[in-house]
Order: sequence, then C-alpha cells, then structure tokens
Amino acid sequence: MVGLATVFGSGAMTNSIPEIENNDLLFVIGSNTKENHPIVALRMMKAARKGAKIIVADPRRVPLVRFAHIWMQQRPGTDVALLNSMMHVIVKEGLMDKDFIVFRTEGFDQEFLKGLDEFTPEVGQKITGVPKEKIIESARLYAGASSPGIYYTMGITQHSHGTDNVFCIANLGLMTGSLGKESSGVNPLRGQNNVQGSSDMGCSPNMYPGYQKLTISTIKEKFETLWGAKLSDREGMTATDMLSAAEAKELRAMYIMGENPVLSDPDMAHTVKALGALDFLVVQDIFMTETAELADVVLPAASFAEKEGTFTNTERRVQRVRKAVSPPGEAREDLWIIAELSNRMGYEMKYPRIEAVFQEMGMAWPAMGGMTYSRLNRGGLQWPCPTQDHPGTPYLFKGGFPRGKGRFTVVKYRPSIEETDEQYPFILTTGRELFHYHTGSMTRRVDALNKVSPEPFVEINPEDARDMAVEDGAMLRVTSRRGAIELKARLSKRPDRGVVFIPFHFKEAAANVLTNSKALDPFCKIPELKVSTVRIEKV
Amino acid sequence: MMVTLTIDGRSIKVRDGSTILQVSREHDFYIPTLCDDPRLEPYGGCRLCLVQIKGMPRPVTACTTPVTEGMNVETTNEEIEGLRRTIVELLLSDHPTDCMICEKAGDCTLQELAYFYNLRENRFEGERRQYSGSDGNPFIERNMEKCILCGKCVRVCNEVQGVSAIEIAYRGFSAKVCPPFEKDLDCEFCGQCVSVCPTGALMGKISMGKGRQKDIEKVESICPYCGCGCNITLHVARNEVIRVSSRPESLNEGWLCVKGRFGFRFNSSPDRLKHPLIKRNGRFEEASWDEALDYVAERFGEIKEKHGADAIAGLSSARCTNEENYLFQKFLRAAVGTNNIDHCARY
Repeated sequence: MVGLATVFGSGAMTNSIPEIENNDLLFVIGSNTKENHPIVALRMMKAARKGAKIIVADPRRVPLVRFAHIWMQQRPGTDVALLNSMMHVIVKEGLMDKDFIVFRTEGFDQEFLKGLDEFTPEVGQKITGVPKEKIIESARLYAGASSPGIYYTMGITQHSHGTDNVFCIANLGLMTGSLGKESSGVNPLRGQNNVQGSSDMGCSPNMYPGYQKLTISTIKEKFETLWGAKLSDREGMTATDMLSAAEAKELRAMYIMGENPVLSDPDMAHTVKALGALDFLVVQDIFMTETAELADVVLPAASFAEKEGTFTNTERRVQRVRKAVSPPGEAREDLWIIAELSNRMGYEMKYPRIEAVFQEMGMAWPAMGGMTYSRLNRGGLQWPCPTQDHPGTPYLFKGGFPRGKGRFTVVKYRPSIEETDEQYPFILTTGRELFHYHTGSMTRRVDALNKVSPEPFVEINPEDARDMAVEDGAMLRVTSRRGAIELKARLSKRPDRGVVFIPFHFKEAAANVLTNSKALDPFCKIPELKVSTVRIEKV
Repeated sequence: MMVTLTIDGRSIKVRDGSTILQVSREHDFYIPTLCDDPRLEPYGGCRLCLVQIKGMPRPVTACTTPVTEGMNVETTNEEIEGLRRTIVELLLSDHPTDCMICEKAGDCTLQELAYFYNLRENRFEGERRQYSGSDGNPFIERNMEKCILCGKCVRVCNEVQGVSAIEIAYRGFSAKVCPPFEKDLDCEFCGQCVSVCPTGALMGKISMGKGRQKDIEKVESICPYCGCGCNITLHVARNEVIRVSSRPESLNEGWLCVKGRFGFRFNSSPDRLKHPLIKRNGRFEEASWDEALDYVAERFGEIKEKHGADAIAGLSSARCTNEENYLFQKFLRAAVGTNNIDHCARY
C-alpha cells in the first residue's frame, strides 16, 4: 500500500470488481486468485468468456493458469526483473501512451529509461527463468490492450523488495496510460475481509484515519479538536518493530484485538519470545488463539454475525454487517469493550448508537463523509463519497492523481535476502489454500473443511521428490535457519523444481516457524514471507 | 437496434437480441421456468416457458427465442397452461412426494408449480428412479431421486466455476447427474450447484435438519473471510446461523466459495470464548467484565505512568469492523496517548 500511495497518492484498488469482466486483458501476478479470491476469479473467468486474454505470472501453477493465455513461471523473488524487462520491450517497441505520460505523469526521464536499459528480454529470461518469447508477447499484449487490468496480492508484496515490486507494477500501468479509466487500472486484492477498512481507519503508526499524516500539525490539531484530547506527535511503531521493542523491553504492554500474530507472523519462536517478554498482554478475540494463550487477560468478543457495523472490501466498497445472533455467554461487541476500557482509563467514549461512531468517522475522513447507514442499507458505497448526494466512486483517478501527477520510479533489481546454497537448497514460499483461511482459527473449527483438508503438507515437484526418493504422503522434515517442522509431502507439478510451498494455516506444522522475520522491506517493513530457503529431509 | 413486439396485447419496445423470456421478465409478465437462470446461457431444457407466437404452428420456448420486429406473443392461454400443467405432472410422476420431510419445502420451485397447477392426482403414476447410497463428500447432499434434470448444476459448474465436476450421464429414463464414474463428488465445493438447484436434489449437508424454511429469519451481511466483500444472507434459526446464501442481484452475483457458503459453523463452535479470563499463577480464571476491565485499565495506567505512553502498543484487526478499528486507534491515541498502533496486514 505504501508503494501505491507514494506514486499515485492513494493506495487501493483503482477499479471495482464488476469492472473486471470488461477488461480485455488481465495481468495477474503473484496472486492465486482462484483459491484466495474465488469470487474475483469468477469475474476474471467471465472476462475470458467474453474474449479477454489472461496472463498469469506466478512461480506456482495456480488454478487460474488453466484459463490463461500465457503463464510465466518466474523464480520466486524475481518480479522486478520480469516487470522491468516487459517495460523494456514496451519502450523499445514504442508501445507507450505518450500523451498520458506527458500530461499525467512525471519522472519518465533519461534516468528512468536508463534503468530499464539493462533489462533486455534475454536478461529477464536469465534472472526469472521465463522464456524471453513469453516476456515479449506479454508486454505486447498488455501494451496493446485497450482496457487492461493488473491484479496482484501478497505474491508481490511479501518480499524484502515488496515496495519495489509495487513500484514496477505502477510504472507499467502509468507507461501504458491504463489508469483513471473504467475497467483499466492497478488492483491490489486485499486478503482479509476488512484490511482495506482497518487501513482506512488509521490503524497505522504514522497516519490518522483517512491516511492523514500525523506529522502535519494542522491535521494533528484537527484530530485533537475532534477527539478532545492532546495527541502525541511521535510516530508509532509498526507491528514488526513492536515485537523487537518488546524483546528489548522498550515496549511493556500490548493490546491485541482479533489478530493471531503467533501463527501469522514470520519466525514463530521470535514472536512468542517477544510477546512473552511483555509485562502485560491483553488479547481480545473469539477463540483461545495461540496468541491469546500468552495473554494476561483475554477478553471474549463478538463475531461478525453478532454485531452491527461496516466492512470495506478490496474495491473500497463500504458495506453493512448486521447482527444475526447473540454472542455466546458473556462475550460482548468489541465496541462496547473498547469504550468501557476507555472510560475506565479516564477518557470518556459515549456513543448512544453504533451509527454515532460511523458519523464520527465521516467527520474524521471526508471521503466517507457522504455515507450513512440508511444509504448503505440500499447497497454499499465506494469511497471517496464526500457528500450525501455523491454516488460513490467505482474507479479512481478519473480527473487526475491525488498527488497531482503519477510518478515513475526507477527500480533496481535486488535478489531476495536469502539465496539457496548447499545447506538450504530449496526456496520455500508460503500462502493459503482454498479450504482454509489464514491461521485457521475459524476454518479449522468447521468439520467439513477439515475433512477435505485435514493436515499440513509441503508441495514439492515430483522430479525433486524422485531425486530424494520421496513418495506422495511421506513425512518430511523441512528446516530453515530459524527452525524445523515435520509434515507430509504432496507431490505436485504446481511448483517448479527447487521450489516448495507450505500453507500457513496449520499450527501443528506452522510455516512461520521457518520464515524470516529479519528480512524486511525497507519502506513498509513487510517481512519476506514468500522467499526463504530450506532443506528437506526424510523423517 | 430496437424492435417493437406485442406481449399479451401490450406493445413493447426493446433492445434487439433479447429473448422473449428476458423481455417478459423485465416487463413483469410471469412465465414459469425450471431450467433458466439469467446468469447462465439459455438452455431450453424444461419446456415450461412455452409461449405462443402468432403465425407459428407450435409453441416455442421463450428462453431460447429471440424477439423480432412485429412479433406477437401470448404468454398464457388455456392450451399453454395445459401443456405446462402436463410437464409438471410428468416431472412429479418421477419425483418422491416427501415434501413433509424435505429440507427444501417452502423454497422449492417444483413444489410451487405443483401448488399453482393444483396437482393432487397424477395421470402418469408409474416406475420411479430409485437410487441407493449417498455421496460421501462432507458438504453437498445429492439426492438424485429428486433431480429433474434441468442441468443448472452442470452448467453453473462448467460456465461459471470452470470446474466441470459433474455431467449428465446415461440417457432417457436412466439419465443422471453425477461426477465421473459415479464416484463421490470431489471438487472445489463452492456450492453454486446447490444455490441454483430448483428442487431438493442438492442441499448443504451442514444445514440438514436444522430448521424449516418458514422458521428462518434472513439477515443480510458480508462474508467474514477474504477481501472480496461478498454479500451473504445469514439464515438464522434458534439463535444459530444454519445456512448461508447470497442474492443473485448482489455484488458477487449470488456466487460464493466453499468458505463463504459452508464455513460458518465456527460461529457456534463450543470453543468460543464465553467469559473474560485473567491469568493467575499461570492459569486462566474466569472473571467478571468489571473485574477484567478494571484490571486492564489499572495495569495500562501503571505502565503508562512508569514507562510512558509509548511503552504501550495496540494491534488491530483486519477482521473487525471499521467502527471497531476506528475506536481502537482512537483509544490508543486519545486514551493511552501513543501512536503505537498497527494491524497485521497493513501492506
């Protein structure tokens, strides 16, 4: 998100889900859409039925490949090289949108062009392993399309150069002028029901709700007035920094609401140790998660079906969630818990109705100022929606970019932090599978889902397996520099030779025991969950 | 291009290329169907949508006949209703009449049509398809005795989901929808087939026996899993979510994935946290809300006093609502006094 916000001035999906079916070209990179965003994938397939071409770039043969015109199987962590060589082709063949570049962008200069020089398709092939013909054809198809859409997820972002990857995608979109139009844009698909909303609502260490920077004094004053409190002007810590600070005893207490970092964060041993070092940990959740086990106080919360409110989906659409059943036992809505706690801390929070919170959100962030529950009851609204008669915004940047002009960024290729060697010859990449979700605290409590996907596995190419004399279902020990887990082999042609995949849903063989919490993107501090190196042995 | 046609004596101007069924629906002429779904390609299988067109010797199916200039359509008359009634009667002659115990009762198109045509006796009483054994998959109950072979499940699986897990095998009286070699269903289990089935042939296993249609309260909400934001309808009986469906006119066109459609039982899991817990001597003990909240406020207060507000941090959730996230960061910023606030998926 940091990446897109830097170059456009706003970090979100530029188009909406219904627009996907009218793309004439879809470039899906680092996204296993059919398993992780199944319903978005249906729209992509609908586009294909209507004649669109799909290009998939993914180190694994993900299910969407079956519907794709081209599949580029890049080596994990080489996306910058892949994208730069596509752009090299576009520039060399003069396929750019020159008017768009002149009037709506900046930074398309000699330095930028020089940066692309070295990335000939031959060099691209060498680094990524993708045949140069595929790179050239993909570049031509993308540049030649009239309504192309780029779709990406964590396969792009969870790298030590995640922000660079996003810059490259933005460069590609800017260069061909495929932004600010219907069915044409750059679309990060958000992985959780309300990631967009929690970013929008200012749950970040350097921004108030609505991406308003807390270092700007007028903004801070605005919030001080709105909330009637003196606010700190020191930027806070990111989630990753919090854990290190806890270990160093700079951080003493944490309040974790509805997250399970022990399983979802890299390097589980480090996370457990850091949380253990705190003087006081409060966890608010619907289940006794691995993180809640470590808490001093656990507060039972209400689930999505037990409360009123709103979620914002991946296309910026704010939609109503409604209470269908009562929470079990003494469990209460998170809103009630937070407000009660705040009152006891001496800062009064009094909201007669939940909509009063929503109204205050609209005051804090004008982009949601035009929304009310009664409007949302007639269907969701996409921000920006500043006034009560504003219809919402299906696609962004129609009249220009929030930061003025879209910015090109020179991006150099940097290999992933860990590279394979004799001791750790395999690249491990992690992710989700269709039948489970995230750390599994919800889906692993659904019997039917467990029946079709009962246990952890490591996906390994049959040829690698043959070399090691490993049969399907054999127990393997997978070891990284952080730790080791044991799980069954699943022979599959999805990953290429030398690459293995482990889903991170299973606590009994948690993929994040292996991943690296120290390999961070320098800009947004995202950990490199998609590339770590491991060795594999038979148990 | 626009064309003008007449339906039941009313003159209507419509876009060329539409079918009679589409136009009739848009203009509120009721034509019964069993095999049609506006989200799927026209099929013409059930023959219930027969209409009469002036100048044509025989009735035609409205779902597959495009409108033409000057067309004069009759959607209902004695002859057409007689034909429709016979079609329904034929379908019922090979359908178990166990509506009293059928999960679908109250939401079944075939049942509706039987009621509409007042079909009590059946002139075509005779041999019925009898299938034993059940599909061992954990999600979808397949009762093929109730299948009317409308083909919607086959088409949705192929056209929309791109999986093609089932097909109509055999021919004539033996025709049957099944997975390859009649094995157990092994697919993505999205349940789109369940959602389009007009009878009780396909049902969600986890909802069986959980409540009659008439006892269900429907609550519109949003799926709690990925970021697609699919609109879901929670079917609630006795304070429990027993089924999830989605409206065809919603953002997600009524389609859901296996987690959205069948993955809701965590909500009523016995593992749910039911009481505030305070850890004493390494063990969690149940506490009252007052006790727990006072304790948290006191500890936060002490730590803030001793180490400063920046010694406290909050991690918020991409799973919680906007309102909760807003208040959570407000709590840390305004009540605690720190900007140490983040959520796990900020990237």
